[in-house]
Amino acid sequence: MKVIVCVKQVPDTKGGVQFNPDGTLNRAAMLTIMNPDDKAGLEAALRLKDQYGAEVTVITMGLPKAEDVLREAMAMGADKGILVTDRVLGGADTWATSTTLAGAIRNLDYDLIITGRQAIDGDTAQVGPQIAEHLGLPVISYAEEIKIEGDSVVVKRQYEDRYHMVKAKMPALITALSELNDPRYMTPGGIFDALDAEITTWGRANLVDVDDANLGLKGSPTKIAKASDKVRKGSGEKVNVDPEESVAYIVGKMKEKHII
Amino acid sequence: MNFALDKKYEMAQTLFREFAENEVKPLAQEVDETEKFPRETVDKMAKYGFLGIPIPKEYGGQGCDPLTYVMCVEELSKVCGTTGVIVSAHTSLCADPIQTYGTEEQKQKYLVPLAKGEKLGAFGLTEPGAGTDAQGQQTKAVLDGDEWVLNGSKCFITNGKEADIYIVIAVTGTVEKRGKTMKEISAFIVEKGTPGFTFGTKENKMGIRGSSTYELIFQDCRIPKENLLGAKGKGFNIAMHTLDGGRIGIAAQALGLAEGALERTIEYVKERKQFGRSIAQFQNTQFQLADMATKVEAAKLLVYKAAMAKGQYQIDHKTSYSVEAAMAKLAAAEIAMEVTTKAVQLHGGYGYIREYDVERMMRDAKITEIYEGTSEVQRMVISANILK
Repeated sequence: MKVIVCVKQVPDTKGGVQFNPDGTLNRAAMLTIMNPDDKAGLEAALRLKDQYGAEVTVITMGLPKAEDVLREAMAMGADKGILVTDRVLGGADTWATSTTLAGAIRNLDYDLIITGRQAIDGDTAQVGPQIAEHLGLPVISYAEEIKIEGDSVVVKRQYEDRYHMVKAKMPALITALSELNDPRYMTPGGIFDALDAEITTWGRANLVDVDDANLGLKGSPTKIAKASDKVRKGSGEKVNVDPEESVAYIVGKMKEKHII
Repeated sequence: MNFALDKKYEMAQTLFREFAENEVKPLAQEVDETEKFPRETVDKMAKYGFLGIPIPKEYGGQGCDPLTYVMCVEELSKVCGTTGVIVSAHTSLCADPIQTYGTEEQKQKYLVPLAKGEKLGAFGLTEPGAGTDAQGQQTKAVLDGDEWVLNGSKCFITNGKEADIYIVIAVTGTVEKRGKTMKEISAFIVEKGTPGFTFGTKENKMGIRGSSTYELIFQDCRIPKENLLGAKGKGFNIAMHTLDGGRIGIAAQALGLAEGALERTIEYVKERKQFGRSIAQFQNTQFQLADMATKVEAAKLLVYKAAMAKGQYQIDHKTSYSVEAAMAKLAAAEIAMEVTTKAVQLHGGYGYIREYDVERMMRDAKITEIYEGTSEVQRMVISANILK
């Protein structure tokens, strides 16, 4: 069994966020982590490795320094790492990213592709399902549990107030929630091995069946009008009244602002 | 000379820091308060290979090096001195001598489960009348047929009742050296559960209170002949060499305690307000912190240097790292005591309250000046080398 996990290096929100003049993130200047939903997807894949001996390949698109996130995944137990990096791929939105990743994945054999539900920097939740669409695969999003049954995968799909049990024939694509599991730590020996391991690096030339018009900033239909860091909330209004009075006061304010 | 850490050490540090913050720190206060041995943490550390960091992969270890191991003890000790010493005693005092002096059979039987963390290790040298003075040993081992018969006791043994495999130092006869009759000392591997091997009193300690510190008692304890570690009569050398390595582990524990206390104090002085401003704005606080940070950095360089010297020794078996280890332990232990004491002082009354980590860290730090060779013994080792 072969599993591909798509991971993304995202800004560590503890370290603050910086932007380029065009509104895209200045990734080179920020502290980074593996996107939490992707890490849960990786853990799910590593459990398939523990249970069924699956071979786990991690793939990422990004700057050369995104190699770090692949090495971290390998120090946790992934077998191979593929970095897709090329200047022409920069500034990609979800469409251009999914086109790129699908173009890279066309080079590989797989039974299952696991991506995180969404990245904490963009929060779109689009890349996973788009990759499935490009590759003509069934997609099951918001996975809370993953089981293998013969040549199919059975996934507990989370909703706000319920869940669905969905079965799909492999190959298929699953998007994982960070609630799926508690990802394992790296091991010291895993780190040493991961840093000695070869990382496969692919550029534009290695992408299969993709059109340049769908890549990078030029191939991105999304244009960012404006981006900003978190806006600090004001201190609000403080009122010192007894509980009963306060209920009437809050209801009055909500009516005044047409909330109710 | 390059003081920048390689990427692999940076990643290892991140790993140990995350593990310590998530898994160890939340338990530290309870472990101290209730003297509870943190078995769950030990099991988790075993799972992630923390109990076999410098052991080669062919013996079930992680195949890293002493520097990586030292960083692990350091990061654990930043949040819990007890957890730091569990790993240190296991790795440096039990797994290391078996790796260095064990036969292939002994390595397969004992080193592999120790490195995988399936078994926990301990080391018994100290006796009521023999700590620093190894010649004062009273525990005896007599060969009887195919078995050694052990009689005597060991005290203050770290991982005491919780360990599975013990290195025990005992007298096996006498030898003539420079016209004097000296005790012949040998080292043995003893398994828990061997008839005649029992535990005495548990020590109620000032610090590292979750560490299982026990007396080991041997009464006609019969162990197989093949459990002699190294050659007969080489026990003193084995013990001294083992302690050289152990001192680097304890130096790392001391370093971690000092760093942890410094970190807590930096957070505290920014929040604590007196006379209308944070105490971090007072020059006394600033100068104290500057001294503490400088000393911590100095200790770190000595500890890392000693670990790298041991790493080099494991490759070429040429240069002894005994003096580096002694200097690292001497400096780190005394700095840990000084920094944790200042941390308590900067916390004022709160520093004396159990709820605050620095109170525990100050108690934990004291032992690093005493065990695995007191600061005075380290001075003896260092000066003997200077004056030879």
